Amino acid sequence: MSPTDRIAVPPPGPRSGTLLTARGIQKSFGANHVLRGVDLEVRRGEVVALIGPSGSGKTTVLRSLNGLETPDAGLLDLDGGPVVDFGAQAAAVGTRSWAGRRAGARLAKLNRAALRDRSAMVFQHHNLFPHRTVLENVIEGPTQVQQIPRETAIGEAEGLLARVGLADKRDAYPHELSGGQQQRVGIVRALALQPDLLLFDEPTSALDPELVGEVLTVMKELADEGWTMVVVTHELQFARQVATEVLFLDGGVVVERGAPAQIFSNPAEERTRRFLDRILHPLD
Amino acid sequence: MDWQLIADSFWPLLRGGLTGTIPLALASFAIGLVLALLIALLRLSPNRVLSWVGRAYVSLIRGTPLLVQLFVIFYGMPSIGIRLDPWPGAIIVFSMNVGGYAAEIVRAAILSVPKGQWEAGWTVGMSPARSLRRIILPQAARVSVPPLSNTFISLVKDTSLASLVLVTEMFRKAEEIATFSSEFMTIYMEAALIYWMFCTVLSAGQDALEKRLDRYVAH
Repeated sequence: MSPTDRIAVPPPGPRSGTLLTARGIQKSFGANHVLRGVDLEVRRGEVVALIGPSGSGKTTVLRSLNGLETPDAGLLDLDGGPVVDFGAQAAAVGTRSWAGRRAGARLAKLNRAALRDRSAMVFQHHNLFPHRTVLENVIEGPTQVQQIPRETAIGEAEGLLARVGLADKRDAYPHELSGGQQQRVGIVRALALQPDLLLFDEPTSALDPELVGEVLTVMKELADEGWTMVVVTHELQFARQVATEVLFLDGGVVVERGAPAQIFSNPAEERTRRFLDRILHPLD
Repeated sequence: MDWQLIADSFWPLLRGGLTGTIPLALASFAIGLVLALLIALLRLSPNRVLSWVGRAYVSLIRGTPLLVQLFVIFYGMPSIGIRLDPWPGAIIVFSMNVGGYAAEIVRAAILSVPKGQWEAGWTVGMSPARSLRRIILPQAARVSVPPLSNTFISLVKDTSLASLVLVTEMFRKAEEIATFSSEFMTIYMEAALIYWMFCTVLSAGQDALEKRLDRYVAH
């Protein structure tokens, strides 16, 4: 593939090695213990797919990777950044002294921002800014946060929109687009941030079936171009074809992990087998 | 009916409206909105003390008559050594009053913006303050235009109370002319008509503003 065929080049830096390691991630919402110690390793240029029944905790894992959720315990090491110790952080926030709590809150804030600034997320319901045009949605982060000059950001945004076939929609408002187009803008908005890590939270679950393909196609191209991605998905076909590793979660733990060929053709765990059966043969 | 009196009094009354009623309402509303945003943010704060302060303010403003608030400031405060001129005093009272009422509107409007918008702001790198300013408030503004217009129109009429603390706005003018001419019915009806005119124009403005803010919403 020649460089001009690319949607977007991943940001410069090493092309291999481990980008992200998560160890023993735990999270409760009230009495609901959603994550019971999840380990995760993402190597550069790889696509990790998180599958599992609803309520299995897969979305919470994803949201913990960019600070949208704060785990109660566990370690998160994003290569080149600080190792975030959520247990220590929770202990600091929970200290009795006022100064201690403030220090804890400051640490938590720093940790969240450190995680967030390396990644970008594509949401299930796209979460585009409805009061801004497609172009304004895409350049919001680069111009407002990353201090990239407006002209530069616009040029890059136009290039990205053209690559996903939306050049002519640059001045449209999100509500004027189809669901698939909205989601492609969501992907472009994420790419424009030049993140090390792309996070996808069920990006096709809210789409009409005939619109799923156009979004998955873009995601597959990004995977081929070497972007590092973590994808929560119900599209098993996509996970099978595109993912380098598949994690099956249930009840807040990783039940099984492995190469897609192994997970889908020959799952080791009974729970995995039953889940796959239910999805692949819903009428049986 | 004394047509000559109506003709003669129309311009003084209208001038009272244009130089008294409208500026008083505009200044109070502008300041009141800033106050409302601050109080709404206090109420939305996770800090319990701040949230309580916001709640107490709203309760106090909504739980006491505007006329009593005006009298406390003008006739009560001098006894503890604080004396305010009619205009600044009236603006303070009216903006504090608007602040209390509009705070609830602004709070509800902020809460009406889906949580995913905050999250999207976060993931593109924004601080909560920047998300609020660039993402949340513009969307909240659209929702709050109809109820805030209501507040503004009420305020325009409520400024007539300022006549009781010697602000020379339209109704004070009307009282002077009515007393002088003894044509109470004629003059007060005329004043009512001009208030009505003002409010009709404001309603039209509200419609235009709503249309403008609706351009990015699916119909």
